[in-house]
Amino acid sequence: MSPTLALLARELRLSLRSGGGAGLGLAFFLIVVLLVPFGVGPVPSLLAQIAPGTLWVAALLATLLSLDRLFQADFEDGTLDILTLSPMPLEGLVAIKAFAHWLTTGLPLIVAAPVLALTLNLPDPAFFWLVTSLAAGTPALNFLGAIGASLTVGIRRGGLLLSLLVLPLYIPTLIFGASAVSAAADGADPMPAFLLLAGITLFTLALTPFAAAAALRMHMR
Amino acid sequence: MSLNATDLTCYRSGRLIFSGLSFSLENGQATMLRGPNGVGKSTLLRVLAGVLEADGEVELNGTRLSGDRDAVQEQIAYAGHLDAIKPQLTVAENLTFWAGLFGGRIEDAVEQFSLAEIWDRPAHACSAGQKRRLGLARLMVSERPLWLLDEPTVSLDVETTARFAGIIAQHCAAGGMALIATHIDLGLANPQELLLHPLTEAQHAETADPFLSEDWT
Repeated sequence: MSPTLALLARELRLSLRSGGGAGLGLAFFLIVVLLVPFGVGPVPSLLAQIAPGTLWVAALLATLLSLDRLFQADFEDGTLDILTLSPMPLEGLVAIKAFAHWLTTGLPLIVAAPVLALTLNLPDPAFFWLVTSLAAGTPALNFLGAIGASLTVGIRRGGLLLSLLVLPLYIPTLIFGASAVSAAADGADPMPAFLLLAGITLFTLALTPFAAAAALRMHMR
Repeated sequence: MSLNATDLTCYRSGRLIFSGLSFSLENGQATMLRGPNGVGKSTLLRVLAGVLEADGEVELNGTRLSGDRDAVQEQIAYAGHLDAIKPQLTVAENLTFWAGLFGGRIEDAVEQFSLAEIWDRPAHACSAGQKRRLGLARLMVSERPLWLLDEPTVSLDVETTARFAGIIAQHCAAGGMALIATHIDLGLANPQELLLHPLTEAQHAETADPFLSEDWT
């Protein structure tokens, strides 16, 4: 088995076992979105208007939920030390861990989002763009989160600090993700917002491995 | 192969741990790292493994740690106080993961550390000694020439300790090296000793952090 596959298989296995938190983010996403109609009242036109933003904000929060364990668990049981000695560069390690985190927390959100959009009365033409924008945008959430998780590794109650660090970084993804869906719902062209969203994700994917690996190295000093 | 450390000085949180430490290890040698508690044995091992920063130079087979950290680290297997075991995974899953990552074979390790009997057991259901056996099995799986071991025999029974000493001897006979921080006698044939001395009073006061100097406290 290649090192990459070995690490990916382990990450997936761990997140699906008890305490892994794969189902947690999804359940949180479902509950938050289902709570919104109770809060704002069952007015279909109002719900349709706030649906894109609500779904995107809920996706951000659901991603945050399990981020704090991304490196913290490996740090606490000594695995991180051993991983730095492995033949795989730390940058590759960060990328694989963040990718596995996306597979277990981001992907389920994309699958569940259209179902939840029904409860918020999202207009029909926006469904395709909701799924597409989440597919293009959620990897950025996991990868930006990996930077935050690497900066707060070893800090007690680092999860709270992590949220404060990472949420502001999510703003561009949120703006362009939600506005692509809104544009599609209003019959406008969603492409400009979608392309910017995809651009942010690509930039994040390229930057994160180096930034997070540098933060982890700094922490070991 | 050889390991040379020159003038190592390490501060942790602004406090001096050790300074001016120089030594060298030769091919096929097991070296016992000894010294009282708190003298910096664990810190030294972590510095040599490249997971902690220190002043001075570490050279493994002529490659400098400060020059090419990856090339040095790829010759090192480190076993610290923590076993690096995931309690949610079984013994088999833990070991095959390390084997997959480091690209080694697991058969010998399973036999030498008697892991077959606990092979399918979740690691959280293993005793401390069994976890330690699994943690040490990683050394054989990773197939690295230099072993850095920090109190490897903690919670091992007498029989396993003796067998582990045999494994170290075998590793060194095959041209490997081992630096072992331990307080017990492993029973190796003529091992080298590296003794760390406690700091003097004056050194204790020495600090790299201006906020810890006397004017501030």
